[in-house]
Amino acid sequence: MKWREPAQLGRLFALMAEQIVTRRPFKLSNDLRPHEPIPRTHYSTIVALSILTLLSVWSVLSYGGIVQPSYFLPSPTQVLSAAARMISDGSLAENSWASVSVIVTGWAVAALLAVPFGILMGSFKFFEALFEPVVDFIRYLPVSAMIPLLILYIGLGIEEKIAVIFIGTFFQLILLVADVAAHVPKDLLDSAYTLGSSRLRVVARVLIPATLPGVMDNLRITIGWAWTYLIVAELVAAEKGLGIMILESQRGLRTDKIFVGLVTIGVLGFMSDMIFKILHRVVLPWSPRAQ
Amino acid sequence: MLSNHNSQPKLRIADLTMKFRSRRGADVTAVDNLSLDVYDREFISIVGPSGCGKSTLLRVVAGLIEPSAGNVYLDGKQIDGPSADRGMVFQTYTLFPWLTVHGNVEFGTRINAKPSAERAKIARDYIEMVGLKGFEGHYPKELSGGMMQRVAIARALANDPEVLLMDEPFGALDAQTRIIMQELLVNLWQRTPKTILFVTHDIDEAIFLSERVYIMTARPGRIKQVLDVDLPRPRSLDLITSPTFIAMKRTVLASIKEEGLKAINVMSGE
Repeated sequence: MKWREPAQLGRLFALMAEQIVTRRPFKLSNDLRPHEPIPRTHYSTIVALSILTLLSVWSVLSYGGIVQPSYFLPSPTQVLSAAARMISDGSLAENSWASVSVIVTGWAVAALLAVPFGILMGSFKFFEALFEPVVDFIRYLPVSAMIPLLILYIGLGIEEKIAVIFIGTFFQLILLVADVAAHVPKDLLDSAYTLGSSRLRVVARVLIPATLPGVMDNLRITIGWAWTYLIVAELVAAEKGLGIMILESQRGLRTDKIFVGLVTIGVLGFMSDMIFKILHRVVLPWSPRAQ
Repeated sequence: MLSNHNSQPKLRIADLTMKFRSRRGADVTAVDNLSLDVYDREFISIVGPSGCGKSTLLRVVAGLIEPSAGNVYLDGKQIDGPSADRGMVFQTYTLFPWLTVHGNVEFGTRINAKPSAERAKIARDYIEMVGLKGFEGHYPKELSGGMMQRVAIARALANDPEVLLMDEPFGALDAQTRIIMQELLVNLWQRTPKTILFVTHDIDEAIFLSERVYIMTARPGRIKQVLDVDLPRPRSLDLITSPTFIAMKRTVLASIKEEGLKAINVMSGE
């Protein structure tokens, strides 16, 4: 009987999908062709299954008492009630705000400087030769290794964390933006020249607008990276923030609070991604990448 | 130098040579001592095998690259860099994606500081002329390849250049769209003649559109042969199947094939 099991599993899937898919009999193999689309209903079913599986594994492991000691893995209800407590006493909002404000400040300063630098570096061989060797070297230095130096230079305050975010994103962003600028089609610039544009105008009216969709994408990507650097910075020294909240919860064996912290970071990251995607569509409606 | 205005060419390419230095340090001659005159309101095509330097030649005329030797004169004045008097339409799609169709067509007149009412009128006229009325507010990403090239032509013409340079403008389009575009261009030119220098490797296209066809040799590019196309105007696509047209095509084809073979032999000989 054992050899039949896969077929039975297939029928179970078929049962779930049959209400939505018509005519063609369901075959799991049809959903496994490389690069081929699958029916939307199948897709959402698989998404739901994926999330359900994760939740049920978590439930079985925690409620079933399989993971011992039990504080290693809090149950979903424990995490939810911890979240409720942290929301009502305001600590979650306070810590989130502390982290978000540091990230946005450090990242915004980095973006403000890196975008013009990157455009210069990607567009002019002169500036590429001038900046690239330095930038290329520094970006390979791990930010975490620079934290001791930063603490010596600027202490343990909020400035140190902003500096960590800045260093972590600035050099990467320069190179990403430079790459975007370098890939602006030359014919686009040449068209502007043959329409009578001066060199300055070509840069201001053609080259810079042409980089905007790529710049926007890279701003979105680097603000995501900023979270990694922030947690590293907060783990060293901080009064408030999601990183330090997680660290303190570990000292008290409060894994439920650690889970809340992790999920919060995930949600905030997801939200910033969404904000950038919406912004892309609103600010650059002409961009082929605006969905 | 040339005092007789009537005999002065609109565009004069004189003893032009283009050399490139490869990474290995060897000089490659792309265009060799080429001279060519284009008179006012003429439609001239240049055909030649791939790599014969015809696109390079057009870029030199546009002022986008400097020649290694020789000069280009517009109305007897030596050109120095790109300028609005030599408009260009490229093979690649070069519309500015952040501007609408109207914004793209207005780009040149805006730069050359025309009053806004006049600008808008010019843009409207040219958009209508290329058959895109109703698409003024569309962004390039919403247009097909053929529509984008029509806008590119309108954008170049709206700037009222002395000479229009066209570098295989229909090369990226499918066969059906290309025929429609050729007819559109021939109609535009018959209504309001411009001095046009057109580069292509499509022999039908060159003969159908032009007054004269210059055939280039394989690298290094020189003028191999000149063909006067004395077909009557207005021209329509029926012409392509006429005996005179086919006879001309045969001449060009034989000439190009010879050069194509030479190019292949040079490559395999290396």
